[in-house]
Amino acid sequence: MKNGFVIFLAAFAVLASSWGAFVLAPQLQLGGAKQVSVLNSSDVYPLNRPGEANQGLRIYRANGCAACHTEQVQQAGFACDVVLTAAGKNPTVISNLISTLKLRGLNEREAEAAANKITTAGGKVETHIVATGPDISRGWGLRHSVAEDFLYDSPVQLGSIRVGPDLADVGARLPDMNWQLLHLYAPQNVVKDSAMPPFRYLFETKKIGDAPSRDALNLPKEFAPAAGYEVVPKAEAKQLVAYLLSLHTDVPLYDAPFTPPQVSTNAPANKQ
Amino acid sequence: MSVNEIIQKNPTTQEIDASCRVPLLVLFGGAALWLGVGSVLALVASLTFHMPEKFGDCPWLTYGHVQPAADDALLYGFCIPAGLGVALWIFTRIGQTPLRGAIVPVVAAHLWHLGVLVGLVGIFVGDSTGFAWLEFPRGGSSLLFFAYLLLGLWALMNFAGRRESRLFPSHWFLIAALFWFPWIYSTANILIVGWPVRGVVQAIIAWWFGDNLVFVWTNLVGIGAAFYFLPKFTGRPLQTYYYALFAFWTLIIFGSMRGIPAGAPVPAWLPALSALNSLLLVVPVIAIAVIGWKTVCGVANQECKGGSFCMIKFGFVSFVLSALLLVATACPHFSRLTQFTWLGAAQTQLQLYGFFAITMFGAIYYILPRVVGIEFAFPKLIRVQHWFAMLGLVIFVVSLAVGGIEQGMKLNDPGVAFADVTKNALPFQRASTMGLLLLVIANLLFALNIFAMILAWKWSVAKSVFAAVTAPLEKSEVKA
Repeated sequence: MKNGFVIFLAAFAVLASSWGAFVLAPQLQLGGAKQVSVLNSSDVYPLNRPGEANQGLRIYRANGCAACHTEQVQQAGFACDVVLTAAGKNPTVISNLISTLKLRGLNEREAEAAANKITTAGGKVETHIVATGPDISRGWGLRHSVAEDFLYDSPVQLGSIRVGPDLADVGARLPDMNWQLLHLYAPQNVVKDSAMPPFRYLFETKKIGDAPSRDALNLPKEFAPAAGYEVVPKAEAKQLVAYLLSLHTDVPLYDAPFTPPQVSTNAPANKQ
Repeated sequence: MSVNEIIQKNPTTQEIDASCRVPLLVLFGGAALWLGVGSVLALVASLTFHMPEKFGDCPWLTYGHVQPAADDALLYGFCIPAGLGVALWIFTRIGQTPLRGAIVPVVAAHLWHLGVLVGLVGIFVGDSTGFAWLEFPRGGSSLLFFAYLLLGLWALMNFAGRRESRLFPSHWFLIAALFWFPWIYSTANILIVGWPVRGVVQAIIAWWFGDNLVFVWTNLVGIGAAFYFLPKFTGRPLQTYYYALFAFWTLIIFGSMRGIPAGAPVPAWLPALSALNSLLLVVPVIAIAVIGWKTVCGVANQECKGGSFCMIKFGFVSFVLSALLLVATACPHFSRLTQFTWLGAAQTQLQLYGFFAITMFGAIYYILPRVVGIEFAFPKLIRVQHWFAMLGLVIFVVSLAVGGIEQGMKLNDPGVAFADVTKNALPFQRASTMGLLLLVIANLLFALNIFAMILAWKWSVAKSVFAAVTAPLEKSEVKA
């Protein structure tokens, strides 16, 4: 029995340390997390989702969307692109030089070397950081997901299997509300061979009154209701779409930096 | 006979078995019901991949409702009550002590099954909490927690009052499991559902909980039971005590501190620590495999023929495979390939069904005729059931594992359009439906034998009550 007590105490200690490491420590590290500032900007991130989108997160949870969709973009690493911002006094020298150099998809050292060559020749360059990896190439996001993305979500719906595509950045990728509604009502209508079940119960089919409703879906014949009827999204469908559209991670952060495309292409051009 | 009399005289094995009769019938009867329900739900969920467009009008039939319900029915409906029943019986048997106050575990078992019902209904009406393995809403989870406390306390009280004071390896595993569940279940429900913590800490706790329940708890109970039954069937003591001690420690240390997937959006030390511990799991797995090998192999071959011994051996092999798969998916390169794929579902099924459920089938087929004192009504179906279970499991796991690796390779190649990734995965999912169909048959055959046993027992109780009521009174009783 003495033996048994020792075993009990030691097992208790193991469980306690497991709890300490995976419950207490993350809570101490992240429990007091606050908004962070967006890189090279005075904005803060994340902003609380609008009320309708928060309602939509409840619909997302209730319908078990996370059984098929993840909300975590993965990233393999970074690459650097060297971009010429001003050619300086000898444009021909610079353009000749550039044609001999590789400027995209470089690692840090290569980028620095290339930038040095151009600046010594009198040009001005910017080095842009680009996230890499299959998810990024698929256009599922501009950077990997980070803890900050979920600061105001409850429940946090990270998901674990990709039966369907990742949704972490779907609001930026597919921002059209009508497309989203059509997709929910009849996925096979907008995405051929989709394995997603339709969510017709989030819509109602009703008789057209004096005039068609403003938010009636514009469906092709194959999916349309009988003549004289129209399909109108219920509040739940609108909330769910509001949530999907609120999924934006296209913001550079300290722990997930990248150079936002619009800044990189427009800003230097405007200066010239 | 009063309690004191039982304690004073040496109880016979029959008396010990009989003391567990009603609690075990309730635990196993409910478990058999949920096992059947769960596998039918899994089959319905799988049909989504054959005809996704058919399920759009009824929320209850969509994949997002049915799949979590099927998972929870298997884990909470079957695995946990079956495991608790087997643990209770093993305690009474090796402690040489009849179960006292059987009414408490009977009430607790009813509460447990009620909790599963409430939880499943909760999922279907959209009250799921949204976290894997933790979907049951508050009503269901509180019932489960309370019922588990009662059952666990009763098992521990029986353990504390045992007559045979030696401790066996099965004891460590089962007692650790008894403590483990209330701790992780209350932590997860309080910090995620009751008073949710902020942000990704929710996801971290949910992953920690899922790993500790689906991997650690089932291993503790399943291996604890196997360490009791294997020596029993082979007639050779567990080989050896010190290997078992080593396996126990390394299993709970490495097993309990993992579960956060590699690319999760959390501080990097969490996935790193998880991966390290997952890789180290190879140590207890080898130790346990060696124990099993040394205990079983070389023994003059016992009659197996699809009986309990066969099932527990099969479960043991599944355990080793499932744990090795888990170790493999923690390797840095392979984890990037297989994360977010069907391979995870294949591993879970191998763990929960291939290892745990089949070990429990073996144990229950051994225990029930002894505690009830009635043979199974359809003894030939036991072997048939085992064949269906094995075949179904192999088809399901192999198709999803191969499909998962294929899916992972395509997902990691941005040149393959996502629509093609899902389209390519469909044949594998459809093949897994065939496996599920066989599992449904196996589970229904299991339930058939258990229900027939319960009916036969009820009939014999009714007969003896009737006989007692109609029997002519003896003179002494008339006088009193």
